[in-house]
Amino acid sequence: MASLFQRRRSKATQTERVRERRHEGFLRYANFRWAKISGGLCLLIIVSYALIDVTPRPNGGSWYGYTLGTIGAGLILWLTALGYRKRKMTSDHWSLKAWTSAHVYLGLSLIVIGTWHTGFQLGWNVHTLAWVLMMLVILSGLYGVVVYSTLPAALSNNRDEMTQMQMLEAIRAFDRQLHAAAQPLTPQDTAPVLAALDEDPFAGGIMARLSGRYPDCATAAALRALGASRSSDAGAREKVVGLLSQKEVALARLRQHLRIRALLEIWLYVHVPLTFALIAALSAHIVSVFFYW
Amino acid sequence: MTEPVKVAIIGSGPAGLSAASRAGQLGLSHVLLEKTDHLSDTIFKYQKGKRVLATPERLDLRSDCRFAEGAREYILGNWDEDAVNNKVNVVKHAEVTAVTGQKGAFEIKTAKGDVYHAETIVLAIGTQGNPNRMRCEGADLPHIIYQVDDPEDFKDKHITVVGSGDAGIENALGVAEEALENTVTILNRSKDFARAKAKNVSDMMEAGENGLISIRTETQPKLVEPGWLTLETPTGDEKIPCDVIVARLGSVAPRGFVESMGIEFTGPDREAFPKLSPTFESTVPGIFVIGALAGYPLIKHCMNQGYDVVEFINGNKNLTPADEKDLAAIFANLPQKKSVSEWLDYLRERVRIFADVSPLQMREFMLDSKVAYYRKGDVVFEKGEPGSSLFAIADGHAEVEVGPGITVPIEQGSIFGEVGLISGRKRGATIRAGADSIFVEVSRTAALKLMAAVPGAKRVINRISLERQLLQIFKGGLTVEDLAPVVDAAEVERVPAGKVVLTEGEQGDDVYVIRSGSMVVEKDIGGKPIFLRYLPAGSFFGEMGVLSGQPRNATVKAAVGAELIKLTGESFRRMLAARPQVREATEAAVAERAQMNNFIESRKATYSSAVDLYSDTASFIMKEGLGEATDALLIDENLCVGCDNCEKACADSHEGLSRLDREAGKTFAHLHVPTSCRHCEHPHCMADCPPNVIHRGPDGEVFMEPGCIGCGNCMRNCPYGVIRMEAAPPPKPGLLRWLLTGFGPGPGEPSPKWTKKQLGDEKPKKIAVKCDMCKGIAGGPACVRACPTGAAIRVSPEEFLSIARLQEDAG
Ligand SMILES: Cc1cc2nc3c(=O)[nH]c(=O)nc-3n(C[C@H](O)[C@H](O)[C@H](O)COP(=O)(O)OP(=O)(O)OC[C@H]3O[C@@H](n4cnc5c(N)ncnc54)[C@H](O)[C@@H]3O)c2cc1C
Ligand code: HEM
Repeated sequence: MASLFQRRRSKATQTERVRERRHEGFLRYANFRWAKISGGLCLLIIVSYALIDVTPRPNGGSWYGYTLGTIGAGLILWLTALGYRKRKMTSDHWSLKAWTSAHVYLGLSLIVIGTWHTGFQLGWNVHTLAWVLMMLVILSGLYGVVVYSTLPAALSNNRDEMTQMQMLEAIRAFDRQLHAAAQPLTPQDTAPVLAALDEDPFAGGIMARLSGRYPDCATAAALRALGASRSSDAGAREKVVGLLSQKEVALARLRQHLRIRALLEIWLYVHVPLTFALIAALSAHIVSVFFYW
Repeated sequence: MTEPVKVAIIGSGPAGLSAASRAGQLGLSHVLLEKTDHLSDTIFKYQKGKRVLATPERLDLRSDCRFAEGAREYILGNWDEDAVNNKVNVVKHAEVTAVTGQKGAFEIKTAKGDVYHAETIVLAIGTQGNPNRMRCEGADLPHIIYQVDDPEDFKDKHITVVGSGDAGIENALGVAEEALENTVTILNRSKDFARAKAKNVSDMMEAGENGLISIRTETQPKLVEPGWLTLETPTGDEKIPCDVIVARLGSVAPRGFVESMGIEFTGPDREAFPKLSPTFESTVPGIFVIGALAGYPLIKHCMNQGYDVVEFINGNKNLTPADEKDLAAIFANLPQKKSVSEWLDYLRERVRIFADVSPLQMREFMLDSKVAYYRKGDVVFEKGEPGSSLFAIADGHAEVEVGPGITVPIEQGSIFGEVGLISGRKRGATIRAGADSIFVEVSRTAALKLMAAVPGAKRVINRISLERQLLQIFKGGLTVEDLAPVVDAAEVERVPAGKVVLTEGEQGDDVYVIRSGSMVVEKDIGGKPIFLRYLPAGSFFGEMGVLSGQPRNATVKAAVGAELIKLTGESFRRMLAARPQVREATEAAVAERAQMNNFIESRKATYSSAVDLYSDTASFIMKEGLGEATDALLIDENLCVGCDNCEKACADSHEGLSRLDREAGKTFAHLHVPTSCRHCEHPHCMADCPPNVIHRGPDGEVFMEPGCIGCGNCMRNCPYGVIRMEAAPPPKPGLLRWLLTGFGPGPGEPSPKWTKKQLGDEKPKKIAVKCDMCKGIAGGPACVRACPTGAAIRVSPEEFLSIARLQEDAG
């Protein structure tokens, strides 16, 4: 074994480091290696479950059930370890992409492992609570995979080579111009413009962030107000209206950017806390099984 | 007619004035002839208030005139006093136009028609005589000036200074004075500022940082129009507003005048110097040449030489030059015992790159070099070692280990280690002393200076590099002798980014070798230029024409600013005829390339969109300057979820600072080139590192070793903005602690706020921070390892644009 590890380490030196010539996403990693492994595992479980006649009836307490349960619990702990792996920059050879790939496919296999482990006996108890939490984590994970594979291109298109800082800077630049351009306006027209200047581009709360709809947007309100207004010098007003609509476009880009980023992240706020809930329920499940069964 | 004098001194600069003062002190009969109505015209013409520097510091001043760092006015005032006190017999308005006669009886005519008689002549007319003129289109327009008398004359103007020697830099700094409100740009043809003094360079850089001067390297004027100037930059042409051009392009010795006296020069080049004996006597006995004209541009040298030359003329044989003790120390450890001047002559006679160096330049040059004795078999350097100095073989020979047990000798007089000069790559082979030998080791900066100042040395170095490059490209038993006619006829061509070198369909048979930069090969297929191939530095093209005699079958243009070596088809053909094996190897290469071209052409017919995407992607990558990259980070924005784990991993794998900005940078078809180091073939950052701490490591990574002084040159020289000047943040609490208790700033670069809170009032020094490709980290680059989705990869452009990619895409 020792020699095996040695080999791996020397292979991983920079000189011979594995170079990729093109991009390959985590789902396709190594030609769907983990999809195949996980699929094979599920198949094995389903087939063996049908073939093996466990007496008196299949459940978690049989030797077969224990086996699946152990695999499942181990897997859950390993899946949780992704959060650590992602952040711990050790210097040896590993790839987070490979980890994610395995995480996703092995995580999905838990549907089979966990469910078949129950022997399809579900009820209102701590055991089923663990199963439900697991399924919720998996569901949220599925959502994650879907957004990870569909949203990045939209994020890229929307930002059009701009960074988030630049988007903010663009809005600030319009604000500065608006400030100057609004000087000749009447107080009645100035008020909505000032409100638009005061608007925090990040404000709006989680729902607005996720939906991308900002019904109380002060810039849009100012645009409406000035469009309808007949006071102030027409030229000055027109200039402000022009700037406001430019700002609105810039705001729309930033909001779309924030929206996509939020959609890409929000699920982790379900996935991770539920993971901890799951681990708690799982512990309770295991303790109760061994002490009270 | 005047009384004959013992010595006539022509030119009253620091050199001539010091000589005349010595003559005055010694009571020699003399006359000091000066063209203008004041002493020392060159310094007189400096900008008002200019601080005159007294470098080199370690050199002692030996003169009857005073000189120390100070304002121009102060120094000129001192000299006027010194001239009087030393009883100098000066004649102003005396421009010498002809010198005839010989030692003992020279006749000197001036423009006014006066004639002076002298036994000996000291020629100290400097080099200011004729400034080099601009040569681009529009160079005769009146708003081009060659001198700035008073920066205050320029207010609220767009001023472009061309040339970044000391004069150019000082003019630029003068007119960039904030109160004048000028918009000042300074252009430098090359990447570094090897010709200028370090202090000037740092002052200029500071002004650049403060936004007072825009510093443009690798940029030259292309077209001058009233109010506008078109620039040729590494990334293409650019037009800037420009009301005044200050051209400070250096100067050449007023050679015609000097040669008319019968004085010979070291070589045919414009920048060569008069041949001189160690006592400054030229090839015409009785005429001595000192100062800038002799190749010594620093005032202190000029003054010391003025003193020395008169002592020599007066018969003093025991005088040793002021830098003698420093030089003696350099030669002290060699086995043979010779005097310093014998050693210098020895080196100049025996080493090709020193052949054109004047004895005086040689002195200065040796002060920046090392000489060592090696026993047979001693290792000079090992393969893979970092190092960029140049070695010259003064005695014995060197042996290059080209393979296990196979060595190739390098003969006495030649050089080795020249590869490091150009690309800063690690040593490519181990070199040992083949016999008991003496090698001179020249630091990279000194070697670059030598190449800039002595065209002969530059030619030799370039020639040897070219020979070695060709030997590497065209194998099959070629020898240096075979190559001689090819190399003799070779020309170096600089081409700006985007310039077409070969045009498809045109007749031609010249072959090109890419010395630096890179090229792209395109072919017109169905009315659209289709990218065929990327050619990195070190490859060649144009050979199909020689072999087949057919017109060019593809267009080749520069991906980035490049240097090409053009070999004539004629000489190339003859070489192939002499060496059938080389012909075969070349033909094989041609066949392979042709096959690839055919492949792409056939795909274009069936999978047009795939080929177009491939071609457009290639164009984008080249436009982003990746043509000079060896290893760059590319992000696929179809996969990137914006988690910035790459940046965090980068910071956590180093000392807490990220070297990449994922979000910044250009994108094409969802392929994103973030702001991160590309490890250029010819790293711009390496060009001008005073402590010389930027090197290339064994995997091609360009990295910084400890010792950065924080000057910021590398950051400014990097065209891609990937170097930051930053201080390392204090260490963070561990990851587990953060995960469990939320204590500390978490993974990635800590926020400036956190850092500030930790440090309190302490202000650590900012140093340059750049990507080192995770050198020394077994797993390889952290940015790639830490990407959860596979969006980030590191590639070299040739790998990324390989034909395999197209094959996959187009089925
Ligand atoms: C802008 C600028 C800044 C510089 N800054 C520094 C610095 O800070 N420190 C430093 O050490 N060096 C500096 N140098 C370099 C230094 O000034 C010169 O190398 C030095 O002055 C050369 O001295 P010289 O005596 O050889 O010749 P010069 O100083 O050039 O003097 C030659 C004299 O000969 C006269 N002359 C020319 N032809 C004839 C003729 N046919 N007949 C009669 N007289 C003739 C000229 O009018 C002139 O007075 C600087 C140079 C420039 C241009
Ligand atoms: C019970 C099973 C699972 C557990 C315990 C689990 C746990 C975790 C944890 C702890 C993380 C780390 C989050 C972070 O630190 O940012 C994570 C990330 C993730 N999980 Fe799961 N997960 C499970 C199942 C799944 C499934 C089935 C999928 C997909 C179908 C999935 C997809 C993902 C993805 C895409 C990530 C994000 C990776 C990244 O951005 O770094 N997970 N999971």
